[in-house]
Amino acid sequence: MKKIWIITKRELRSFFDSLMAYVMIVLFLGFSGFFTWIYGNDIFMVNQATLQSFFGISFWTLFFFIPAVTMGLLADERKSGTIELLVTKPVSDWQIIIGKFLSAFILICITLVLTLPYYITVASIGKIDHGAVWMGYLGLLLMSASYISIGLFTSSITNNQIVAFLMALFIGIFFHLIFGLLGNNSGGWLGAILSYLSISTHYESMARGVIDTKDLFYFFSIIFAGLIGTELTLSKRNVSY
Amino acid sequence: MEVSVENITKTYGLQKAVDSMSFKVNTGEIVGFLGPNGAGKTTTMKIITCFMTPNEGDVKVGGFSVLDDPEEVKKHIGYLPETNPLYKEMPVIDYLQFVAEIQNVPKAKIRERIFEMVQICGLKNEKYKKIGELSKGYQQRVGLAQALIHDPEVLILDEPTSGLDPNQIVEIRELIRKIGREKTVILCSHILAEVEATCDRILIINKGKQVADGTASSLRKQAQKKEIVRVTIEEGNRDDIIIALQKIDTVEMVDPLPNYTSAYEIQSKADVSSRKTIFRLCVDKGWVMTEMTPVERKLEEVFRDLTINS
Repeated sequence: MKKIWIITKRELRSFFDSLMAYVMIVLFLGFSGFFTWIYGNDIFMVNQATLQSFFGISFWTLFFFIPAVTMGLLADERKSGTIELLVTKPVSDWQIIIGKFLSAFILICITLVLTLPYYITVASIGKIDHGAVWMGYLGLLLMSASYISIGLFTSSITNNQIVAFLMALFIGIFFHLIFGLLGNNSGGWLGAILSYLSISTHYESMARGVIDTKDLFYFFSIIFAGLIGTELTLSKRNVSY
Repeated sequence: MEVSVENITKTYGLQKAVDSMSFKVNTGEIVGFLGPNGAGKTTTMKIITCFMTPNEGDVKVGGFSVLDDPEEVKKHIGYLPETNPLYKEMPVIDYLQFVAEIQNVPKAKIRERIFEMVQICGLKNEKYKKIGELSKGYQQRVGLAQALIHDPEVLILDEPTSGLDPNQIVEIRELIRKIGREKTVILCSHILAEVEATCDRILIINKGKQVADGTASSLRKQAQKKEIVRVTIEEGNRDDIIIALQKIDTVEMVDPLPNYTSAYEIQSKADVSSRKTIFRLCVDKGWVMTEMTPVERKLEEVFRDLTINS
C-alpha cells in the first residue's frame, strides 16, 4: 500500500510540474462552466435547480480529457526506458499499475471537487435534489475510472503517447456512443446487450439519481478489464520485449 | 550476498540471446562481464535484476530465486542500466528521495543517505536542477547515486563510467572497488582496461555462451598456448646466436627485435618450454644473458581470440 502511494505521489507531482494538471483543470472548468452557465441548454434556460446540464457536458469533456491525462502514464516510461528502472525496484507490476491508475483518478477527483461551487450556487438559488447531484458525481467518478483504466491499457501497449491517446478514444467511443446507438437501432436480445454495454445507459440513470448494482457491476468490470489488460501487456516483457 | 546464475536461456523469437549460461559471483567479489555487442550481457543483467524472466533456468540472489521471490531479490540489488533511464523532468533531489522511499530506506535515514550520495557522486551543485538539464556525465552520476542509495548487497552496473570525465572515472572506479570489498559487484563494460583495473575476476561471453572465466592473468595464460620469452644476450655474434637458438628442438621461431641490438623474442612449440635449454646454451657458449622475461599477451588479444574464433 505504501509503495502504491509512493508511485501515485510521484505521478501526481509530475502532472503538476508539467502543467498537465493545470491545463486539464482550467480547460475542464472552462468548458463545463461555459455550457452549464452561459451557453446552450444551460441552467437558466432549463430554469430548474438541477445540475443535469453540467453532468451532460462533463460526460463529454471527461471523455476527451482523460485519455490526454493517461496517455503518458506508461507510454512515456516505455519510451524513455525508465520502466526498466521502475520494474527492477522492489515493487510489483500491480503496485505500479494501481499507483498510476490512482494518480490519474486523484487528478480527476481534484478537478471535480473544484466544480462543487456550481453545486453550492445552484443549491442556494433553488430547491435542488441533493441525492441526484451526489449520484451524478458518483457516476462521473465511475465513468472516469473506467476511461482511466482503458487509457492506462492503451498507454501500456505502445511507447507513443499520441497513439495511446487515439487508441483510448477509439476504444472509448464504443462505450461512449456506438454501443448505445447500435443498441437503439437493433431490437431483441442483441439490442439489450448493446445497450447494457453503453456507458451512457448507466451514467444517465445515475445522473437522474438512480443507482443499481447492475451499474456498479458494469463500471467495475470495465475498470478491472482495463487493469488486467495493462498487467498482461506489462508482463509480456517476459515473453519478448 | 551470492549471485548464482543457473543454466539460464533466454530467446527473443528464434534468436537465443542467452544460451544455457551458468556462473557464480561470491560476496566481496567484483566480476567484470565482457563480450562483444549483442553477446547477451545486457539480457543477462536484465534477468538478474528481475526485469525479465528466463525461458529456462533460474538465478538465485542470496538464495532468493528471481522466479519465486522477485520482490526479495530486487530489495538487495542496485542497478544502473546501460541506457541510464531517468525521469528527466524531476529535480535530482526529488528523484533520489523517490528512489530511497521505494527502496524501503527508513524514513529517518533518507535525508542522510541522500546527502551521502550527493557527496559521493559529486552532485552538490546540481542537486536542485532538473535531471534533464544536466550533462550526460552528471546524469550518469545521478544514475549511480540511485543505484547506491539503499546500500545494496549486490550492485549491477552496465557501463558505469560512460560519459564521465577522466577524474570522475578514477573516482568511480575507486568507489566500485571500495564497495566491492564487502558487496557483490557485477560490472559490464566494453573498456577492457577498466575491467582489468577494477575487477577481481573476468567473465567473457560470446553469442550467449560463456567462453572464459578467470582472473585477467589466468585468462592470458590460458589463451597463450605457446610460450613466448624475451631474452637479451650480450657478448656474442648476433647471427651465431640466432642460428644456435633456432637449432634448439623446442624452439619454433626466433625473432630478433629490431630496435635492440641484443634482444630476441623466442616462441616455443606448443605446450613445451625452452627456457632451460636457452639458459644452458648460453652457459655452454659463454654468452651473457641479462634478461629473460615471459611475454604476456594483452587482454585485448585474448578477448579477440575468444570472441572472433568461436
